[in-house]
Amino acid sequence: MVAPILVDEHPLDALIRADRMPHIWCPGCGIGVVMRCYAHAIQLLGDDADRHVVVSGIGCSGRVAGYMNLDSYHTTHGRAIPFAVGLKLANPDLHVTVFSGDGDLAAIGGNHLIHAARRNIDLTVICTNNFNYGMTGGQSGPTTPPGARTSTTPYGCRELPFNLANLLSAAGANFVSRWTSLHVRQVRKDILYAFRKPGFSFIEVLVPCPIGFGRLNHLADAIDEIKLYRERCEIAKGVELEQLGIDLHGDQPIYVGRFVDRNAPCYEPVRLEEPA
Amino acid sequence: MTRPAVLTGSHFMHGDHACAEGALAAGCTFFGGYPITPSTEIAERLAERLPEVGGVFMQMEDEMASMASILGASAAGARAMTATSGPGFSLMMENLGLGVMMELPCVLVNVQRGSPSTGLPTLPGQSDIMQARWGSHGDYGIAAYSPWSPQELFDLTVHAFNVADRFRIPVLLMADEVVGHMVERVVIPEAASIVRWDRKRPNGKSPHEFLPFRADEDDLVPPMAYAGEGYRLHFTGLTHDEKGYPDMSAETHQTLVTRLVEKVRRNAAELIRTETYFMDDAQIVVISFGSTARSALRAVREAREMGIKAGFLRLVSVWPFPVETLCEIDQSAQAYIVPEMNLGQLITEVERHVRKPVVGVNHAGGEMMPPDSILAAIREVN
Repeated sequence: MVAPILVDEHPLDALIRADRMPHIWCPGCGIGVVMRCYAHAIQLLGDDADRHVVVSGIGCSGRVAGYMNLDSYHTTHGRAIPFAVGLKLANPDLHVTVFSGDGDLAAIGGNHLIHAARRNIDLTVICTNNFNYGMTGGQSGPTTPPGARTSTTPYGCRELPFNLANLLSAAGANFVSRWTSLHVRQVRKDILYAFRKPGFSFIEVLVPCPIGFGRLNHLADAIDEIKLYRERCEIAKGVELEQLGIDLHGDQPIYVGRFVDRNAPCYEPVRLEEPA
Repeated sequence: MTRPAVLTGSHFMHGDHACAEGALAAGCTFFGGYPITPSTEIAERLAERLPEVGGVFMQMEDEMASMASILGASAAGARAMTATSGPGFSLMMENLGLGVMMELPCVLVNVQRGSPSTGLPTLPGQSDIMQARWGSHGDYGIAAYSPWSPQELFDLTVHAFNVADRFRIPVLLMADEVVGHMVERVVIPEAASIVRWDRKRPNGKSPHEFLPFRADEDDLVPPMAYAGEGYRLHFTGLTHDEKGYPDMSAETHQTLVTRLVEKVRRNAAELIRTETYFMDDAQIVVISFGSTARSALRAVREAREMGIKAGFLRLVSVWPFPVETLCEIDQSAQAYIVPEMNLGQLITEVERHVRKPVVGVNHAGGEMMPPDSILAAIREVN
């Protein structure tokens, strides 16, 4: 048993709501790691944190809006992006980040996701992908890999999952990347990059969900999933977007990296006059 | 050459356009919507006009997104609106509840058509009146207004923004296809004479002392801070305490939901608007709203010409329901007639507050209620 390391203060204290701790996430969950990357990126950007707003939907990742010490909006299931669109267009000076999960963003919110990317609206979307609906107890979702067992696919998943990188690229996002919660530096760097980049940025981060997903898929210990990432992740170089799908049970690589980085014009509303 | 926000003057104007002009006159700077007959002209007008006043028009991908977008704009401090009709109204119910829970002021216009489902897209109906009250899940209070003319579409749109801001609630404007597509005289006043009720604000309270969901005792409305002002706010659709933090206890839930309901109940006198015609000695009282009220007034006039002691109560606001007004009328009235373009919705509300007989005049929608049917009912009751 390793003793916990206790410290009086932490460099990110100002950006985390200590009075909301302890968090609800399970041991081994990767969402907190990604939230830390987000907080660190805000700190590295160096501008006033009062200008940062986080919007989330429903689910485990949705709780990030409650834990970040920012103006934070925990909205309805799937609607974080259109809420964020209204916020951003009503006050373009804000850095608006949507932090949510794969089920929230790609299933119930899938239509909003592709349309916001199509408009290339200036938002940063961080999508933690744990291949299932964790909060409701591990049901299959739009990213559940073929064959994976969940509480609603007890005989194995018979559907094909979204290849989110390919989807977002086709929809028109300016920036699309994928990492895992093992790739802390890359995640942090890409969030910072997305803050600075005009247009729609989508950062997918694969995270372990040992309780909801792992238990039924030979990944009951989060470390096993992290090991799997270390063994099979490969930086995508010259890989077609169509080849970026994820199959946990196969032996082909899990591709990570920056897949799309372009400078298409981002959405600007027509303004014939300055706001009053 | 761009036009100003307030088009002062006398116009021959389309009802939906009058609604759009009312929004601009009220200082609306964000519209998020999705095309749907018979409300589309509101969106079209605002697509042209909002850029002229530095505002943002956004055509969203569906009505769930439309409703979410205006809540986001409201959270950033904008006066924000959407407009739709039956099918879209159903889709907006989800985030209407979020607006209630987050206490984000906004205006939702429903230009009602024949329903259920796709129904009669280009023809009128008044069958979303109960949905306006109870459409989103859970207990909550709501304010809904029902204009009977293009002029009132202008006036009540301005008023709806004021009520939304004053009480931090989503406000519904329950128009119908008849008034939405009617072209009539609309007089737009001078900009300076347009009344504006402002939102309560933290008034310099520091982020450490400001509790975003602590309501004032008298009106149960908490002051509102916006994203980007340094308060580090937390807004959630979950049951929350005065700080805005989620709290999954029955006590906090009881406190919050009771306040959301009481906020509307306690301030009902400020929210309710009615008009009365020929009521001094009225024995038969006609109660109606929206375009049907036009036919009702004519029927009451004709009944008076026949010597029948008929009177008319027009519900300018449909919700909250004017219970006190009705109880007062019930002291002297002998019978009620409730014409509505549905098969009997608001009549149930009348029935549960009066002790005299209540007769409905109904049709399912698709055409304006003819005055003759209302007059026939008055004569029969008489």
